[in-house]
Amino acid sequence: MDPLSVNIRNISKTYRDAEALQDVSFRIKRGELFGLIGPDGAGKTSLFRILATLLLPDKGTATVEDYDVVRDYKEIRKITGYMAGRFSLYQDLTVEENLKFYATVFGTTMEENYDLIKDIYSHIEPYKKRRAGKLSGGMKQKLALSCAMIHKPRILIMDEPTTGVDAVSRKEFWEMLIRLKGHDITILVSTPYMDEAELCDQVALVQSGRILSVDTPQNIIGAYRRRLMDLSASDLYRLKEDMEAYEHTHSVYLFGQKLHLTLKKDVAEEALTEYLEERGHRDLNMKSISPNIEDCFMELMVKA
Amino acid sequence: MRTILFLLQKEFIQIFRNRIMLPVIFIVPLVQLVVLVFAATLEMKNIEVVVVDKDLSDVSRRMIGKFEGSPFFKIKDFTFSVSEAEDFLRANEADMVLHIPQGFERELNRENRAKVQILLDAVNATTAGLANAYASNVLRDFNEQILVERVGVLGGRIEQVRIRYSFWYNPDLNYKIFMLPGILVILVTMIGMILTAINLVREKELGTAEQINVTPIRKYQFIIGKLVPFWIIALFELCFGLFVGKILFDLPMVGSLALLFLFASLYLLLVMSIGLFLSAISDSQIQVMFLVFFFFITFVLMAGIFTPVESMPDWAIKVNTINPLAYFIRVMRMILLKGSGFSDITREFYTLGIYAAVMLLLATWRYRKAA
Repeated sequence: MDPLSVNIRNISKTYRDAEALQDVSFRIKRGELFGLIGPDGAGKTSLFRILATLLLPDKGTATVEDYDVVRDYKEIRKITGYMAGRFSLYQDLTVEENLKFYATVFGTTMEENYDLIKDIYSHIEPYKKRRAGKLSGGMKQKLALSCAMIHKPRILIMDEPTTGVDAVSRKEFWEMLIRLKGHDITILVSTPYMDEAELCDQVALVQSGRILSVDTPQNIIGAYRRRLMDLSASDLYRLKEDMEAYEHTHSVYLFGQKLHLTLKKDVAEEALTEYLEERGHRDLNMKSISPNIEDCFMELMVKA
Repeated sequence: MRTILFLLQKEFIQIFRNRIMLPVIFIVPLVQLVVLVFAATLEMKNIEVVVVDKDLSDVSRRMIGKFEGSPFFKIKDFTFSVSEAEDFLRANEADMVLHIPQGFERELNRENRAKVQILLDAVNATTAGLANAYASNVLRDFNEQILVERVGVLGGRIEQVRIRYSFWYNPDLNYKIFMLPGILVILVTMIGMILTAINLVREKELGTAEQINVTPIRKYQFIIGKLVPFWIIALFELCFGLFVGKILFDLPMVGSLALLFLFASLYLLLVMSIGLFLSAISDSQIQVMFLVFFFFITFVLMAGIFTPVESMPDWAIKVNTINPLAYFIRVMRMILLKGSGFSDITREFYTLGIYAAVMLLLATWRYRKAA
């Protein structure tokens, strides 16, 4: 059996009348890079806050490194690195002061674990005398990651670390995460960006407080059974409306400057072309494509 | 213990890095002491009087002379019509009208008594009351003089009870040294209650409190780390304020300063707990500001800084048993001006001690639940 890092069993959480999490269960293996993907309000933050011992579940149990999130919260806090969705370090302390502060409260020093964060910290080290509040968004994330890593946590929980970060910094950030895997740290990361899912070892898709699927990105793509078509025309917006009205349409959604389309049953391309030309669409272009992870999620969401 | 030290170090860096913090610590007390002590005085000078002398006799002129001679009154104008004098009152150009009716001297000679009329602008009841008291004093003086003269003319002797006043603990009736301890209490409370509460909510608002929660730092360590810096700053502030008071106003310090600081430490623990409690039930700095100011202003106005507690209605005096400021102001005045020792303030000391313990428990309990 693989050593487990996180084991979530039937967790539910309700806020007043809104159900944030409904009977959520899954396991994460030690050293894995685990992605929690889902739209805003899906329950990602609630789940992470429960694992980080900041929130009590209404029902169910969860363990982190064999510690119970309710009973052994003190132990979990020693071995967890947590990065909240918004920047929550001390803005009026400098980069260096923040890092030193978090090192000392975990009873360690900057020097002791420097090799662990060197890769990340070297990007912001030139600005170490600058106050954290004055850093750019990407640098703030790097500092937050450094602070979350400074005590060599066994598990790193990051709530939407790349939301609101530019594309280049996002890419850099993920490169850092992938390099961190080598240090035997379990990494949990949530994101609303589906393209980031492909970089994870395991992915859980969450929607409206439910887990739709947990698997490797490859398996999720491999499980895709429909014929996916890529469609474009001069008037994309009207094309989408017409396709939504089409009786054989299973799902249709915008994908960049094109539409991705699946049909309920196999309809000949000619019939579809005819249908669209009748409605005056020009520059019609369609071809079959293989799905990427985003298509798989869209399919799972349509099913749910 | 080590953790608390690091928290304190961090807190002091933040406090002194805050651009408005140093001015708040050093300039605000100076301004408050200098401006408020002078401005908040209840002494009245220069009550402006309009005289309506319809008698124009020797006696009436002597009476006016008495008013002129008093430091409290300033004769603003003379007129012969009461309605004209009333116009002065209405236009806010005079505080008082002295009306001596026609035949004042004749009546005094014939009947041995005569009447004068005093009209007062009583919009501000306090000043009107004071003006009335001063005017009565002047008239009583004048009465005595007349009496002595008349009895003297008749060749008799007059026995009178003479009252001699002796003002204890503040022989010059110096209003400033009465106000100063009160202002100092306000100052210390501001730091202890308002700044503590705002600082705590700030961490919550910025999300840093949550980040701290996922570290091994315990709640009590975090709270100690938050309270101690402002506790130290407030005590320093008291020290600084007393020093300024001594230099500028020659504030007497009859009693033991050690006792004063012991009491102040306990008092601060109480107001900080109140601040902690209020911050635990608020989510933003704006919310906690409103809450704290509500309690702060109520406490200050009821505490007997500006108006004596003894003259408040019964219910207000009862409310003051939960007003921390009322205790501290009383004790501060007792120690500084009267030289009271521990045995004189035992009741206040223990009451405040119990109060502080209860508030601290309540606040920590609420704080734990909230975060």
